[in-house]
Amino acid sequence: MLETEKIFLEEKARIIRKHIISMLGEAGSGHPGGSLSAADIVAALFFHHMNIDPARPHWEHRDRFILSKGHAAPVLYAALAEAGFFDTKELKYLRKTGHMLQGHPDMKSTPGVEISTGSLGQGLAVGNGMALAAKLDGRDYRVFVLMGDGEIQEGMIWEAAMAAAHYKLDNLVGILDYNGLQIDGPITQVMNPEPIVDKWKAFGWHVIVIDGHDFEEIISALEQADRIEGKPTLILAKTIKGKGVSFMENQVDWHGKAPSKEEMELALKELSQGEVLERWETLK
Amino acid sequence: MGNPEIKMKATRDAYGEKLAELGEKYEDIVVLDADLAKSTKTILFGKKFPKRFFDMGIAEQNMVGTAAGLALSGKIPFASTFAVFATGRVYDQLRMSVCYPKVNVKIAATHSGLTVGEDGASHQALEDIALARALPNMTVVVPCDAVETEKVVEFAVEYVGPMYIRLGRSKVPVILDPGYKFRLGKGVVLREGKDVSIIATGIMVAKSLEAAEVLAQKGIDAEVINMSSIKPLDKELILESASKTGGVVTVEEHSIIGGLGSAVCEVLSENLPVPVERVGVKDVFGESGSAEELLEKYGLSINDIAAAAERIILRRQK
Repeated sequence: MLETEKIFLEEKARIIRKHIISMLGEAGSGHPGGSLSAADIVAALFFHHMNIDPARPHWEHRDRFILSKGHAAPVLYAALAEAGFFDTKELKYLRKTGHMLQGHPDMKSTPGVEISTGSLGQGLAVGNGMALAAKLDGRDYRVFVLMGDGEIQEGMIWEAAMAAAHYKLDNLVGILDYNGLQIDGPITQVMNPEPIVDKWKAFGWHVIVIDGHDFEEIISALEQADRIEGKPTLILAKTIKGKGVSFMENQVDWHGKAPSKEEMELALKELSQGEVLERWETLK
Repeated sequence: MGNPEIKMKATRDAYGEKLAELGEKYEDIVVLDADLAKSTKTILFGKKFPKRFFDMGIAEQNMVGTAAGLALSGKIPFASTFAVFATGRVYDQLRMSVCYPKVNVKIAATHSGLTVGEDGASHQALEDIALARALPNMTVVVPCDAVETEKVVEFAVEYVGPMYIRLGRSKVPVILDPGYKFRLGKGVVLREGKDVSIIATGIMVAKSLEAAEVLAQKGIDAEVINMSSIKPLDKELILESASKTGGVVTVEEHSIIGGLGSAVCEVLSENLPVPVERVGVKDVFGESGSAEELLEKYGLSINDIAAAAERIILRRQK
């Protein structure tokens, strides 16, 4: 990928992270850790890889994105607003009564949300249905399902994984946000899902392991998945929970806690500085 | 039952045949099953339209999620398995991926109730109506015979939104004529009467009609209503009938908790408190046995319905 594309995506991810922090600070509750860890993956999908049209959220040929780990709603909302599905002004009303941005994604209230999620383990199955429909209709849209690493402890994920391989859904891409932490602690201590790569391979998936914060690796993996035929692809993205905010990184307590006003300002300051912004400024 | 002129047919058979027939007219119908296609009769559709039939294996949760994804992509999915699995096993999937987003998924559940018979309690869904009814956006329909099943399947294809259709395993009398029209949210008076209202659903409608005959011999004029549409419920008809007769018997092959009986009581207690007797399974699990023997044993016989109606008459006289 071009250096300018990479810088563009880094900038988009930085903006998404700022939105995440601001939204959660305003809301007073929510899940920063897993939203921040997925920000680069989501930025790569919405601002580089996916074929979408924010003016036509129901366009039948669009690529589909499913946030199976629905508690990371802020990263999805930030991306949707940045992409133009709705006004970024809505972001400050996250989790507020009478507003469109629910605590977990609700497709009925938010343009661009493909399916309501929040109860873990269900997104991959819905993705199966969308991918099957594409095959039936001879359409070439692709379906991307972002899952949490703790989420794959749900049995239903493996039902869906088995079915996706059985039906040779090579238009389906699962992305695992492997930040290694869940509410009760490190995933390997709470309920060890390892060896994860072996499991997905054994279920008949093509597996790619990447650094989920490296855009070259993310884009390269998505492009490789495009070329795989006859089986679904799982991109295991190694990430850092709370990525981008120093005091949140790898801290399990930031799974489901909103920043205070002071913490929000501190985080926003961190996200407003740095090499990326400077490089972005020089490009303008 | 012994009358050779009465045609007998299981509602699951009517479902499978109708679905296979409608598959020609509606190219968007897709059917999912969880390794029970021979029992749910979706195999008839599967044989005719193999590309639009998906056996999801013994994995009901993924089946429901997949159905949601297909519906969101413009398909009209019918997902079938036994009623125990089609509700309890996938309750969170119905809630999260179907009802909350109001996705156009049809759950056609067979083998409901005691008349599953010999397989026993593990396979006898007696609480599925209660579960399905509690979900916002869900519609719940229990056809009373093969004719109504066909009409309900036709309706389901055109209706946009989540739907739970409750079907049975055993052969039951065909009581409606082919011209019958199903209307969601509407009950149908099958026999007019002035002394007591018998509001029944599913296979218990036929038994209720027979009970009305028994009551007639005792000089009791019972009204019999087929309440196939449990949600939305025909509140107006319930109140109209109850205000005429002054007492209601509800009859269902389901627990007395949360099903038709509860739904009717909710309407009556808020609007027109009259004596009610609920004929249904009394908060217990079933067991193995023949369908008819189990209906007798668990208080769902024609005599049980008639006795409940007589209790209503007595209660009303106090």
